[in-house]
Amino acid sequence: MSRMIEIVRRDLRLALRQGSDSVMVVTFFVLTVVLFPFGIGPEANILERTSAGVLWVTALLASMLSLDRLFQADYEDGSLELLALTPTALEVLVLGKVAAHWLTTGLPLMVAAPVLAVLLHMNADGFGTLLLTMLLGTPTLSLIGAMGAALVLGARRGGVLLSLLVLPLYVPVLIFGVGAIDAAVQGLPSQAHLLILGGMLLASLALTPWAAAAALRQALE
Amino acid sequence: MHRFANPARFLRLAAVILPWTAIATVLLLGAGLYLGLIASPADYQQGETVRIMYVHVPSAWLGMACYSTMAFASAVALIWKHPLADLVGKSAAPIGAGFTFVCLVTGSLWGRPMWGTWWAWDARLTSMLILLFLYLGYMALINAFDDPTRGARAAAILALAGAVNIPIIKFSVDWWNTLHQPASVTKFGMPSVDPAMLVPLLLMGLGFTTFFVTVLLLRVRSEIIAAKIRAIRLTQIHASSSQVAG
Repeated sequence: MSRMIEIVRRDLRLALRQGSDSVMVVTFFVLTVVLFPFGIGPEANILERTSAGVLWVTALLASMLSLDRLFQADYEDGSLELLALTPTALEVLVLGKVAAHWLTTGLPLMVAAPVLAVLLHMNADGFGTLLLTMLLGTPTLSLIGAMGAALVLGARRGGVLLSLLVLPLYVPVLIFGVGAIDAAVQGLPSQAHLLILGGMLLASLALTPWAAAAALRQALE
Repeated sequence: MHRFANPARFLRLAAVILPWTAIATVLLLGAGLYLGLIASPADYQQGETVRIMYVHVPSAWLGMACYSTMAFASAVALIWKHPLADLVGKSAAPIGAGFTFVCLVTGSLWGRPMWGTWWAWDARLTSMLILLFLYLGYMALINAFDDPTRGARAAAILALAGAVNIPIIKFSVDWWNTLHQPASVTKFGMPSVDPAMLVPLLLMGLGFTTFFVTVLLLRVRSEIIAAKIRAIRLTQIHASSSQVAG
């Protein structure tokens, strides 16, 4: 556990010093969401109807933006190899990396989402659920994404490939994330959707570190 | 299973099996197509378009069966590091993608007269589409590395991750929307498909399976031969370069 926190702190420090990805990610999120009213028209009712979907799809893409940097820099300068040589299990290393990734992308996205929801005329009843779905959903995205990022280490055109691998696996998160918000906006209970989102978070928390660590071992061989 | 991990033994066995599966494919598909397209009755509601089913449904079955084959081969490759299992996974993927694509196209052609639209975002169509993307990702990953074994390992992990995810995707897409008719062959008790239609359907299913086995054996065989050619070329290059050096 303490080693994991060490890794999180190291990655956060690196992110802060290198002029961070988070600003870029949030900027991308905001810009892309702002493009939608130009694309589908400024009518409040259309925007309101599509707001949950637009926010979630864009958040999905935004959180994918910084994924290929997750292991790549460490892989290239060799520090990943050193980290793998420490007695800490690779799975723990992956969890630390994912936590840092979530803190630098998922959390900023969560903060930006309600502001954008206002711009998209989302019904105020949905705001709480929006935040809850982001809280449960974005860590799942980071976990699945870490597996993808580990798989494409050293591949040609890793970034494009990563999106092809990861986006199909994101579909369930998208479905239940949007489902919960839509239910809440219509005044229906959204608990079932949220519970499933939580379940998916727990399942990916238990499973993806193994897959990512296995992929890292292949990459370091 | 470990007995068959030996490429030489596999090649001998494949040479024995291949003619039989090829003949079985021709016979089964011939009989299935005759019964399905000519001898079986048209549906009272759907008319002649129901005959699309004899291609659509088996290709959907095989699209999923190929993924199971691939995931199983990947697990074997990761656990026991059998070189043949890597080749099986690699060879099964394009076949499975082909079946899935055929399923989507025929589904679309069937949807036009039945639902009045080429594409409906219904649960089963959508999950087949996602399955196709999983296949494409797998194939892209396997070819993305300069070192083929690295690509095979990474793709094996991806195939297993996909295998865990497919039920979740299937279930969430079902939840999300459903318009497609529920499963009718695997219902408990008597299947609700008339025997006159069920027999050609099952024949086609078997024929597609033997076709899959035939093509899979052929592809694995050609992969083994390609690996041999690579090895021979490498020794030739080494021989000639050592001559130059000498």
